[in-house]
Amino acid sequence: MKRLLKGGRVIDPANGIDGVHDLLIEDGRIARVGRDLPVEGATVVEIPEGLVVCPGLIDMHVHLREPGQEHKETVASGVASAVAGGFTAVACMPNTSPVNDNANVTSLILAKAAEANLAHVYPIGAVSKGSKGELLADIAELKQAGCVAITDDGHPVATALLLRRALEYAGMFGMPVIEHCEDSTLKGDGVAHEGFHAASLGLRGIPGAAEALGVERGVLLSELTGSAFHVAHMSARASLRAVRKGKEAGVRVTCEVAPHHFTLTDEALASPIPYDTNVKMNPPLREAADRDAMLAGIADGTVDAIATDHAPHHYDEKKVEFDRAPFGIVGLETAVPLSIDRLVHSGLIRLPRLVELMSTGPARILRVAGGTLSPGAAADITVLAPDLKVRVRASQLRSRSKNTPFDGWELRGGVAATIVGGRTVYVNPESVMGSGVM
Amino acid sequence: MSSTSQEIDPKQAVTALRRKDLLGIAELSPEEIELVLDTAEAMKEVGTRPIKKVPALRGKTVVNLFFEPSTRTRTSFEIAEKRLSADTLNIAIGTSSVVKGETLADTALNLEAMSPDMIVLRHASSGACHMLSRICRSAIINAGDGMHEHPTQALLDAFTIRERKKKLAGLKIAIIGDLLHSRVLRSNIHLLTKLGADVWVCGPPTLFPTDIRRFGVTATSVVDEAVRNADVIMLLRIQLERMEGAYFPSLREYFRVFGMTEERMRLAKSDVMIMHPGPMNRGVEIASEVADGPYSVILDQVANGVAVRMAVLYLLAGGAEHEEAA
Amino acid sequence: MPVVMDADRIGRTLTRIAHEIVERNKGTDDLALVGVRTRGVPIARRIARTLREITGNEIPTGSLDITLYRDDLMRHAVGPQPLVRKTEIQFSIDDRKILLVDDVLYTGRTTRAALDALIDYGRPKAIQLIVLVDRGHRELPIKADYVGKNLPTAPEESVQVRLIEIDGEDEVVLETGGGA
Repeated sequence: MKRLLKGGRVIDPANGIDGVHDLLIEDGRIARVGRDLPVEGATVVEIPEGLVVCPGLIDMHVHLREPGQEHKETVASGVASAVAGGFTAVACMPNTSPVNDNANVTSLILAKAAEANLAHVYPIGAVSKGSKGELLADIAELKQAGCVAITDDGHPVATALLLRRALEYAGMFGMPVIEHCEDSTLKGDGVAHEGFHAASLGLRGIPGAAEALGVERGVLLSELTGSAFHVAHMSARASLRAVRKGKEAGVRVTCEVAPHHFTLTDEALASPIPYDTNVKMNPPLREAADRDAMLAGIADGTVDAIATDHAPHHYDEKKVEFDRAPFGIVGLETAVPLSIDRLVHSGLIRLPRLVELMSTGPARILRVAGGTLSPGAAADITVLAPDLKVRVRASQLRSRSKNTPFDGWELRGGVAATIVGGRTVYVNPESVMGSGVM
Repeated sequence: MSSTSQEIDPKQAVTALRRKDLLGIAELSPEEIELVLDTAEAMKEVGTRPIKKVPALRGKTVVNLFFEPSTRTRTSFEIAEKRLSADTLNIAIGTSSVVKGETLADTALNLEAMSPDMIVLRHASSGACHMLSRICRSAIINAGDGMHEHPTQALLDAFTIRERKKKLAGLKIAIIGDLLHSRVLRSNIHLLTKLGADVWVCGPPTLFPTDIRRFGVTATSVVDEAVRNADVIMLLRIQLERMEGAYFPSLREYFRVFGMTEERMRLAKSDVMIMHPGPMNRGVEIASEVADGPYSVILDQVANGVAVRMAVLYLLAGGAEHEEAA
Repeated sequence: MPVVMDADRIGRTLTRIAHEIVERNKGTDDLALVGVRTRGVPIARRIARTLREITGNEIPTGSLDITLYRDDLMRHAVGPQPLVRKTEIQFSIDDRKILLVDDVLYTGRTTRAALDALIDYGRPKAIQLIVLVDRGHRELPIKADYVGKNLPTAPEESVQVRLIEIDGEDEVVLETGGGA
């Protein structure tokens, strides 16, 4: 089966392509990218002007909640949300119930993903058994079952010694250790960024230093072991500083930033809705200087990836006092509009850099296929509509949960279509592609 | 102002609290604050009559929903409500039932189904009153939410000061104690700065809220600086139940460095007022001689609490149920 | 706007009322004056002064704020609560004959509220009502014992009483538009 995507602006930074090209898909793989490709035998899809064709986006930090918390999300609803957000692949975190510290849970996740048959799912396994921070999980087993990385996300690896061992051991398989960087004692029972707004509202604070301390620890241990260390959901300027210094020294450290951390600040605690639990996540929304540092890191290349930390929570769980609400917001379907609107249209970066952050970078860090449109690669393709007017409607998200602070936001930039293995798995009815042959 | 022999101009700019709830001092204008204090004066007189009752809130139902233990505040509200002839209902919920049973939202919605006109809420979580205000049609009065605000306390403190000093503008007011965890502190800072007082806050640096100076106050850890020439000294309780973590080495050391003793008081003005929202830890934040001494107005604060709460209940009850804050 | 009573007339009327009080009560024993805020208060004080001039006796005088006793307090859908001012009655009203003083008697509801308030203060021997102007249109069975002037009015008219102590001049004016 041949399909020709004709006339779109193809952006493939890995191959240095940025311009109007045709893209030929054959049997689920990319056959050719070039100009004025012959059309015989192929179904032709005209890509309207202004749309961008790029390697499928990969979200390397997603909580799919299955097994055990299906009231919040399942693998099926999660990947449906992912493809609606333009993602052809997601990497899912192990803090399920039970924790993904063994082949059984990993296999379950992969089976559910196969059943849903939408986006690729790359499971991330636990560092320690039950993520309890005592004994290493069976990392080789996890690798064999299909895990691409390990983490105890939700909290940091319990001790420096355990993190060291995890880095050494996982390094054997070329698996990165992904870390929720935090000093637990400094975090205490904080619920918001330690700053003026938390002080005014009487909320216990989490200082940026709590995260930075965890980053510094990881960088040093990565240097010591020579293994790959990845900073999950970075939010503080001191963390960025530590990553930058590590990179300058040649340490194998990478980092990701979530869209909410480059868009919002702790002002959101007070307005428009004071104590809105949809503004509560860990790491928290920080002050403007931290948000601006994240933007600077995205622009200067220190930041390697954008990842959403998509954390669905049921409506009932969030409809409680701020102190008691669980941390986290959904993000799969708002990532592209926020990224294009706040990063590209603002002039901070250009689209090729965005593709690096959302596709090439994650693929490289996780060492999975994807991130390029090279001939022979799987035809995982995202068609972006950078000028599409998007209105975020929480009630219409495909995720089971609707916990987002962006409800009602009007942004410029969206997804036109998502293609996985040559098959169109999502078309945005509100884009120009909505009525076309896809 | 407080002169009673003058007739007040009936065309005064603010004659109502045009809002559904009293969630905090932060949202009040100085004129609204003065209105509450002026009304409280009239209410105080009701307590001197042989029949301490007026029919102003007759037929209104007020629920006192207290998730934290409190005798003083709850009793004060109850007396205030009864003096206005309202029907009162006290619900005291132990912390264990919060954990096991209904959520705050469900408790409130169930109550709401029985149409209370006002709910007075005290809760351990900051923002609980904001949450309730979004859910319930009833007027919500904040009787203390977590570390956030305790607006009626600040109002009665201001009333007590104004009784003696006639005004708040220009007074040096020192607030000493556990600043970090205190909702009384935040409410008082908002109110006193809005009315033009010179506010100094003092305590160990471990107990400073972040960016405290952004609240418009002078912050110091040197007690003598705060106390020197002060017109009013407010002591805050060292909140034992809210603390975990090493904020200072011991109560003994706290008393030695920050406790208000007669000697320390001498740096203040000769007619200084000593205040405390209660309950006191004698020998920790305040020496007994000071608490019981001639400069202490701590019991006046308690008496004024009823009048101020009557004023708040009265002024909020008159607002329309569905009227947005102006 | 027609001036219904000028300063002179008001003065003579209050003097006449003072004499009536003494006559009807056969002296001033056990009398006390309570003015209803706002303008009933200066009227009560003037009457007290005249009574002192006539009889040589000091009649205790107080002021009563009836805001918290009004029957229309919670009835407004919009609009502010009326401002509450202080009641000052420094003497016991038990077993006294209270002369309740107000500027205008209209529907009678203010007087009803004042009666309720007074009775919460104690148990007077009797209560008599003094008004400067009675403009008719009673909604309750209330009657004044002493009336300065009977003034028939239409409902859309309003009676404005101005007194030196509050408004800087003495006069009673009849205005069209708005109830008093």
